[in-house]
Amino acid sequence: MNLRPDPTFYPSPKLAMQAPVENYAFTVMLSPDGSQSDGIAVVDLKPDSDTYGQIVHQVIVPNKGDEFHHFGWNACSSALSPLSGHAFLERRYLIVPGIRSSRIYVIDVKDPLKAHIHKTIEPEELFAKTGYSRPHTIHCGPEGIYVSCLGGGGADGTDGPPGIFIMDCETFEIIGQYEMDRGPQDKHYDFWWNLPQDYMVSSEWGLPPQFENGVVAEDLLSNKYGHSIHFWDLRARKNIQTIDLGDNHQMALEIRPAHDPKKSYGFCGVVVDTTNLQGSIFTWWRDDDGKWQAKKTITIDPRPEKPENLPPLLQGFEAVPPLVTDIDLSLDDKYLYVACWGLGEMHQYDVSDPMNPVLAGKVEVGGIARGTAHPNGKPFAYGPQMVEISRDGKRVYWTNSLYSTWDDQFYPDDEGGQMVMADVGENGGLTLNKDFYVDFPAGLRSHQIRLEGGDCSTDSFCYPSV
Amino acid sequence: MTSLTALWGAVIFSGVYHGLNPGMGWPLAVSAALMEQNPRALPRALAMLAVGHFVAMIAILLPFSLMFFLVEWETEIRVGAGIIVVAMGVYLLLNRRHPKFLARVHPARLALWSFLAAMAHGAGLMLVPIYLGICAIGPDETGHLAAQALMSGNVVTAFTVAAAHTLAMTVAGGVVAAVIYVWLGLKFLSRTWLNLDVVWALSLILVGAFGIWSALYGH
Repeated sequence: MNLRPDPTFYPSPKLAMQAPVENYAFTVMLSPDGSQSDGIAVVDLKPDSDTYGQIVHQVIVPNKGDEFHHFGWNACSSALSPLSGHAFLERRYLIVPGIRSSRIYVIDVKDPLKAHIHKTIEPEELFAKTGYSRPHTIHCGPEGIYVSCLGGGGADGTDGPPGIFIMDCETFEIIGQYEMDRGPQDKHYDFWWNLPQDYMVSSEWGLPPQFENGVVAEDLLSNKYGHSIHFWDLRARKNIQTIDLGDNHQMALEIRPAHDPKKSYGFCGVVVDTTNLQGSIFTWWRDDDGKWQAKKTITIDPRPEKPENLPPLLQGFEAVPPLVTDIDLSLDDKYLYVACWGLGEMHQYDVSDPMNPVLAGKVEVGGIARGTAHPNGKPFAYGPQMVEISRDGKRVYWTNSLYSTWDDQFYPDDEGGQMVMADVGENGGLTLNKDFYVDFPAGLRSHQIRLEGGDCSTDSFCYPSV
Repeated sequence: MTSLTALWGAVIFSGVYHGLNPGMGWPLAVSAALMEQNPRALPRALAMLAVGHFVAMIAILLPFSLMFFLVEWETEIRVGAGIIVVAMGVYLLLNRRHPKFLARVHPARLALWSFLAAMAHGAGLMLVPIYLGICAIGPDETGHLAAQALMSGNVVTAFTVAAAHTLAMTVAGGVVAAVIYVWLGLKFLSRTWLNLDVVWALSLILVGAFGIWSALYGH
């Protein structure tokens, strides 16, 4: 318990942008076949350091087959909520769930170079206390740590709907299910919120049988993956509105609300439109009558390709779909980064006008049937995937693996884990940095990145930027 | 300085103390003005917080004022009240967990939030020994009144104490909120935010102990 708030809690997004820059990144390392233990890599981000761009410490867990994916902090800027009055938590622990094992690790990263496991929550405890499985997205909020789960109960996670559970942010005891009235929500993926305006938005991927052993082509072509976003009364824990984006908009994944809590809009990335293979971004907003609306504001076209260059899954389409698998919004709500994992491109959109995004920059690296090398000449397996932006918005980091079994379907000949970084130009634009290239240990792939002191997809702010 | 003046001073002092404590709500006033982009939202939020705090004070003081017409039990009541206040302080000292139900209150329900925050932290209890001290001096100075008159006098005193305390709290919290909103900026919000949890719990123990002492050895 501190006497002053943690200096990495920022009242507003603007103050977070002015804070000192990040020194370390924490990046997921996962063993795709469960032959090795998963872990968290600590990457040195200090440009003047001798070990810049190297993994300087690893936390390897004792179990195998966890399959790490997303993770998050025990506490963030949301602790400065004027409603809390007790802003004295520490941003100290990473909550790291295994989406295959449903085991959760709490890792103490107070000293990044000595990061270690603080607590392990076994899957049985999660099942018993929540009825959910396959924990995924982590956010710290008013009632503690919120964790979205992709599966319900039972061996294949289809016994009952998936949802969010709440964990105590100091003892890491699981408290129980979040939802009091989930309405039509029956699948889950991402969620985020606006704390002062008291709303939450959640999205849908698919149920565990639809992703654990790879993408199920029949389900995708019959539009059986998630295609709705749900709006919630955050504190009443009630679904107040569901917007169906149209059943051809398969896999509505990342939810990125504007960081400035004065604003009532955000974005959602859709992996693929089954009518034309486009990837898309929807802008959602609250209208003057208080109703939520959503409109497609970005489309990214597929690239025609000879069948012999394509993996079996795509040969029939004779095209590379963009596969929009991750998006991230800079803290000034100006640039939206869109990972096109299929094309092998990272797009930067100027979303100053959220209804009319403009492409401002683009980087090519990796990609199906293209495999563009990194500017330093080294290979980049798969395509740009999990993206994280520095607080000041000047550096964009990303890794390359989507999900073990899906990597193997879309990129059957690739293997490896890489993390790269691009510099953002003064007036937009994106350039890969030649000097930053992290190659992960053999047999391990990489996924989500968290930056020391918070980043653009962890912190929820309670005061507007002024 | 008479002991009565000292006690009224304590009412004001505790108000200033509660007002400066971010746990009693001044950051909400800053947030309201920023979210609405309207400086007038700041005094409006403070007023709602004041209503909640005042009601919480009355809710604690009133039962004691109604009990206090049992003049022959005066010492016992004051000792009992002191023990309750000390117990609340010890409880808050041992249980340093943030009351979770406050997180369930809608951010716009400022008066309700303020009431619940004051109740959860024993803000009203901190006033009880001071209030009972004022009530106890009253009869000595005015001579022994009929129970009826004494009781209504005590009720009036309860309202006056709660009002004076809440006014002091609102002014103190308002000054901090206004200084941050108008001059210093949000950067100072986290800098001025001090962890008063232990000090707060110790204050309750101190005030409770004073209540017991003054009941037994006061005058």
